[in-house]
Amino acid sequence: MTAIRAAHLTKRYGQTTAVADLSFEVNPGQVTGFLGPNGAGKSTTMRMILGLDRPSAGQVTVGGVPYQDLKHPLRTIGALLDAKAVHGGRSARNHLLAIAQSNAIPRGRVEEVLAAVGLSDVARRRIGGFSLGMSQRLGIAAALLGDPEILLFDEPVNGLDPDGILWIRTFMRKQAAEGRAVFVSSHLMSEMAQTADHLIVIGKGRMIADTGVEEFIGRSSQGYVRVRSPRLSELAALLPAAESHADHLRVTGIPSLEIGRLAARHALELEELTFVQPTLEAAYMELTKDSLEFSS
Amino acid sequence: MIDVLTSEWTKMRSVRSTMWTYAAGFLLMLGFALLVSISVANTREPIDGMTGFDITVMGTPFASIAMATLGVLVISSEYRTGMIRTSLQAVPQRLTLLSAKVLVFTVATALISAAATAVTFFAVQPILAGKGLDTALGDPEVLRALIGTALFLTAGGLLGLALGALIRHTPGAILSAVGLILVAPQLSQLLPGAWGAAVSKHFTTNAGSKVMALETGPGSLGPWQGFAVYLAWVAVIMIAAAVLMRRRDA
Repeated sequence: MTAIRAAHLTKRYGQTTAVADLSFEVNPGQVTGFLGPNGAGKSTTMRMILGLDRPSAGQVTVGGVPYQDLKHPLRTIGALLDAKAVHGGRSARNHLLAIAQSNAIPRGRVEEVLAAVGLSDVARRRIGGFSLGMSQRLGIAAALLGDPEILLFDEPVNGLDPDGILWIRTFMRKQAAEGRAVFVSSHLMSEMAQTADHLIVIGKGRMIADTGVEEFIGRSSQGYVRVRSPRLSELAALLPAAESHADHLRVTGIPSLEIGRLAARHALELEELTFVQPTLEAAYMELTKDSLEFSS
Repeated sequence: MIDVLTSEWTKMRSVRSTMWTYAAGFLLMLGFALLVSISVANTREPIDGMTGFDITVMGTPFASIAMATLGVLVISSEYRTGMIRTSLQAVPQRLTLLSAKVLVFTVATALISAAATAVTFFAVQPILAGKGLDTALGDPEVLRALIGTALFLTAGGLLGLALGALIRHTPGAILSAVGLILVAPQLSQLLPGAWGAAVSKHFTTNAGSKVMALETGPGSLGPWQGFAVYLAWVAVIMIAAAVLMRRRDA
């Protein structure tokens, strides 16, 4: 069953359109990366999924129903939008207890999720004094309270140290492996390359790509062959498609084997002939270069 | 609904501001009455225009501000910190969330207000007795005025909560509460003509305070009539807040 389904989701603020006609699905058993430059409309979309912002047009359902119709929503979907959006005066335990009670989640579950994120020892401390990493874990604990089938995270690794990033990455993979639908936003392609199975890429509020990670790389960028040679200009003349750089040529569309043969035929000595794999990063940059909010 | 009420009670009892503002309200109530009754008991001059009961409930306007401040904080602190988004994720039916806050806050504030009023009453009567200014619980209208005082304090708290939900900004909502409870009612007395007098008579606490007076003058609103007018002010602001809360993005 589809975990999240958005249909023609649109959000306008006066003249500005933050999200335009987005339709997509998030499915169980995988991590779906929600990717786009800052200001692309990722957070707005997530707030609409959670019923916090009202769409200007279109609709979105969670587990088949609009968010407002979920009786105990935390048992269906757990979300972490902003780890610092908590009352700093409350202890971690009371914070989670208040959230649990609102959805008729037993008190014992609070201790379980505290242990799961490694915060049992600081359960009595005021949240105001927590580091970003601890706050992030607390937010994840809150998302896990209802043991939901769907998890949603907005930029969960922002500002975390490498340990924290690794922890969250492993955590998300584990949740997906257990059959949950994980929907996670990021503006960092490299992060998604290591975590996501499926990608939804948006720019300026519009859909750019909705595809598997592998296809995404394959489709948008083919990679190139780097050629270095003492007789670069002669070689360049033979390869009209090549892009000339100071000490090498960048050839797209011709396999390295062919380039090697061509050089041999003309007795041109080669110093390097390398196929450069396309990276997710490059694919992403290429796709979003037209939709950056602030381009230089 | 029970789940949401329990949750709101946990939220309220687990922050320090709750205890501090209730303590402040309690002490303002008791402190003013003690201070004035002790100085009256130790003065030779007769005091005119003020009954012993007036002195007993002297701190009410100030205690009312403390209750209103807590009312504001109950909801505005959620908007300030962003906690409101977590609360609405857990309880997406916004009016359910608001009603639960109102209910929990009303019960807690009514209990604290009743305790503060009772303790103050019994603490100062022996002091006032020295000048023969004391009143007994069995005297006419006294019990009604004491219950009225506790209700007046609770209504002030609710006015704060309604303003907090409407304005969503702590300082702005607290200032508005002070304006509506203390300042504007006084200023309204300067309004000219019969029309001005009518407005002033029905203005928030000008009407609401009748419920804690032992006697209301001729042409004045009755105790319960006046309190009903005050509650109508609270209700109008609360309804505006509820309508906006349903419509606005969180």
